[in-house]
Amino acid sequence: MSDNSDYSADEMMTVAAARALVGRTACFVGIGLPSMAANLARRLHNPDLSLIYESGTIGAKPATPPLSIGDGELATTADSVVTSAEIFNYWLQPGRIEVGFLGAAQLDKFGNINTTVIGSDYAHPKVRLPGAGGAPEIAASCGEVYVVLRQSPRAFVEKVDFITSVGHGDGPGHRERLGLRGRGPTLVITDLGVLKPDPDTRELTLTALHPGSDVDAVRAATGWKLAVAPTLEESRPPTGEELDILRALRRDG
Amino acid sequence: MAELTTLADAVATLVRDGDTVALEGFTHLIPVAAGQEIIRQRRRDLTLVRMTPDIVYDQMIGAGCARGLVFSWGGNPGVGSLHRFRDAAANGWPAPLTLEEHSHAGMANRYAAGASGLPFAVLRGYTGTDLPAHTANVATVTCPFTGETLSAVAALNPDVAIVHAQRADRRGNVQLWGITGVQKEAVLAASRSLVTVEEVVDELEPRPGAVVLPTWVVSAVAVAPRGAHPSYAQDYYDRDNDYYRTWDAISRDRDTFTAWLDEHVYRTVTT
Repeated sequence: MSDNSDYSADEMMTVAAARALVGRTACFVGIGLPSMAANLARRLHNPDLSLIYESGTIGAKPATPPLSIGDGELATTADSVVTSAEIFNYWLQPGRIEVGFLGAAQLDKFGNINTTVIGSDYAHPKVRLPGAGGAPEIAASCGEVYVVLRQSPRAFVEKVDFITSVGHGDGPGHRERLGLRGRGPTLVITDLGVLKPDPDTRELTLTALHPGSDVDAVRAATGWKLAVAPTLEESRPPTGEELDILRALRRDG
Repeated sequence: MAELTTLADAVATLVRDGDTVALEGFTHLIPVAAGQEIIRQRRRDLTLVRMTPDIVYDQMIGAGCARGLVFSWGGNPGVGSLHRFRDAAANGWPAPLTLEEHSHAGMANRYAAGASGLPFAVLRGYTGTDLPAHTANVATVTCPFTGETLSAVAALNPDVAIVHAQRADRRGNVQLWGITGVQKEAVLAASRSLVTVEEVVDELEPRPGAVVLPTWVVSAVAVAPRGAHPSYAQDYYDRDNDYYRTWDAISRDRDTFTAWLDEHVYRTVTT
């Protein structure tokens, strides 16, 4: 078993994200970090967790983490494979999926997500990103949304350049006014700690630190004046078992 | 009835300059051979449509086939950006590229409306995002029963839809399985359609969960073994992940890309 005194910030982030899926039934999984965390959760804490990918695979059980959201192994191991129209209309839209697990390029203090363009001029962006994919409706319709993203001032901004997927909009009551049914982002897991929306202001607030990180480091990696919860939790470091399984997944993926 | 023909003849007959063309495939069964044949025949001014444009669209855009792209997620899955797509969108190389972008749910519903012969589809989507501000094809509609405001997306009816399938029979009935994305809707929504297949068989054995496109909704079927490579065809071959990783370096630079295109597309003849 791995020595659990030696692990990276990325490993801590992925393990913390996997732990958040304990006791959950179904998770709509984005590619990259969310997929790695969801697969780790299924191995470690929650073998019955139904992984749903936007390629239409429901209940996928890949032996190795997929490179894309439509790898063959997702289809051959799934409980059911459905069409694109069906996965979004029948499965996602009515709100029957408990957790949506997303990454982002930019995330703002209200948990709004940008994966479209960096820069304020849409027609002439500084960086053209891949675009929306399934995220706008995942963010709108899943029971709640977890975001996993490395923390930096470039990624954690006061206001996103483009709202691809709505978090808490411009603050309290905005989701309700828009008629969005899910609760939106309830948990943001980074390589430094954990942020949650304040119940009153809806602003993402630091609620936990990973071992070795401190408030100053998190503030320095955040592009807005970060609120900090009165009592901060400390994340449990990864166990040797968590590290073993995560490293095996990485090696195969 | 679908005509069984060669890929070169099918593209020559069905795909015309200025057409709106959808080559669909959600990671699986991507019609790469057909896309490269379109490059080879030097089609121009196409409006390319696809939920998930990946490297074959990068190749077509870099080769100058496209003037527009209608899409919901453009990238090299698991690897990174599409460099030819970005160069065209940002710098107009080798030709300016207009973008119309949606969410996956929006695109899937646009195809479903097109396949259903309806002018639009209704969904809970786009609400509160900045996406509708940049396209005329997303609006709101009031439910006549509840009064609720919902999103509406315009039907998508391509001139040509191109998909890849595992197999067809000699009459041109097509069978595909695994992840089938929006291929059925794209074919049914389009005025003309081409299906490339791994093989033609005497008899299509029924398969659980398979999509069958009857010959009378398909314009042409062409055999293109490994025609989805580097994507995969379930039960035929696996995804070539190394190709996707290698594409990043090839596509980053205009000259490297142009040399690749010359060697791997223009100098290769389809049969």
